[in-house]
Amino acid sequence: MSPALSPQPLTDDELVARIIAVIAQTTHKPVEAFQPDSTFEALGIDSLDGIQILFALEQEFDISIPDDEAKKIRAVPDVLAGVKQLLAAKHA
Amino acid sequence: MRRVAVTGLGVVSAIGQGVAAFRDSLMAGRSGITAIEQIDVSKLKFRHGAEVKNFSWGDDRERVLYDRFALMAGAAAEEALAQAELPADRTAVVTGSCLGGNHFEDQSFRELYGEQRTRFNPLTIPRIMENAPASLISMKWGFRGPAYTVASACSSSNHAIGQAFWMVRGGVVDAAVCGGSDATFSLGILRAWEAMRVVSPDTCRPFCAGRPGMILGEGAGMLVLEEWDRAVARGATIYGEICGFGMSADAHHITQPSGAGAVQAMRSALADGGVAAEAVGYINAHGTGTTANDPVECQAIRQVFGSSNPAISSTKSMHGHTLGAAGAIEAVATLEAMKEGFLPPTANFTTQDPECPGDIIAHDARLVPVEYALSNSFAFGGLNAVLLLRTAR
Repeated sequence: MSPALSPQPLTDDELVARIIAVIAQTTHKPVEAFQPDSTFEALGIDSLDGIQILFALEQEFDISIPDDEAKKIRAVPDVLAGVKQLLAAKHA
Repeated sequence: MRRVAVTGLGVVSAIGQGVAAFRDSLMAGRSGITAIEQIDVSKLKFRHGAEVKNFSWGDDRERVLYDRFALMAGAAAEEALAQAELPADRTAVVTGSCLGGNHFEDQSFRELYGEQRTRFNPLTIPRIMENAPASLISMKWGFRGPAYTVASACSSSNHAIGQAFWMVRGGVVDAAVCGGSDATFSLGILRAWEAMRVVSPDTCRPFCAGRPGMILGEGAGMLVLEEWDRAVARGATIYGEICGFGMSADAHHITQPSGAGAVQAMRSALADGGVAAEAVGYINAHGTGTTANDPVECQAIRQVFGSSNPAISSTKSMHGHTLGAAGAIEAVATLEAMKEGFLPPTANFTTQDPECPGDIIAHDARLVPVEYALSNSFAFGGLNAVLLLRTAR
């Protein structure tokens, strides 16, 4: 189980670390393979990996990522921006 | 080589229960995509599907014995067999299904896990088994030849029709009832499709720029195949001819099509029928309306047909993607349209995606006589099945 989210917003660095951990676990790649600016294409992540990553992120952060937003996600920074926005909306 | 006549057609779909209503909808380019009413979908990301409204078939006992997908197959078979006089021992039954009796499975598992029920209905197994339609048809009409069911996801019923065709052509049997059915609208199945993020929130726009995805459908299609000379000798109405069948595997990816497999299956169907690519005037495309399928399929068609540029449409824009029934419903659509001298359109069309090259029939049916057509089915898992159809003459 994921740890409960603290009431304090996570920093970008903390979020990126958790996002990379989720993506690494889902794609069976070492965390070291990822950088904060990695693109999915460069990492060899295809559309099937992509929907599994979205599913894992929804579970990790207890959020729901709309399909329209999901289509725009191509890289770790896209994930960070999207997750931040959804977390902010959730805690608003 | 024996020729194979189609001497019966039957269909249950969102755009018509029965071939006459189905044909009228195809001709009019009328979509059957509406709000899903069978179950509560208010918590899903999508709310629209191509449902068969007010479906009812079978006597009291049959409605107890069979789940919705098998009853739909029974209804389509009954229509297809209306004028049949088939040799019981020499008639095969081959059906396709992707989902089997998922309505009853969904209900049973909800009772098991959700309500902690400790007893299952004793008909659970016969209701959920994928071969229930083949068994229903063989028992109800007494066909004692080879009978089985093919499961290859969205290619299931094209594989079923193709194998039945080969059995009749090769002399294993003299006739066959073949096709497929699926009843898609149970909550578990819809949730599973939702998770794949390929279902459109509103409608299905194959080959269009910015297309929003596929629309799920349900239904059944059935064909009666008969050795040509036998059909002629008994004065049967001949709705068309199956001339060739091609299969291939992408050997590539569980959800992404390769294109090469589609090319190989189309070429195999043409070679099997001994028909040149230039003779084909129409392709009923797999045309799911997803980001992944449509460009790969259009480019594969271009590779096979080059400058002969056959007309292409996706009737899924009207009857939805009926999964294991897709090939059968689309074979009925193609044969019936060719017989009536038109080519069915792609409904809901906006602007053609430049990545989907080809002569797409948009909005309105074309009143064009065509002798040969292909009907494509390309399944998840890279399993491809293509039928080569010919208008009756």
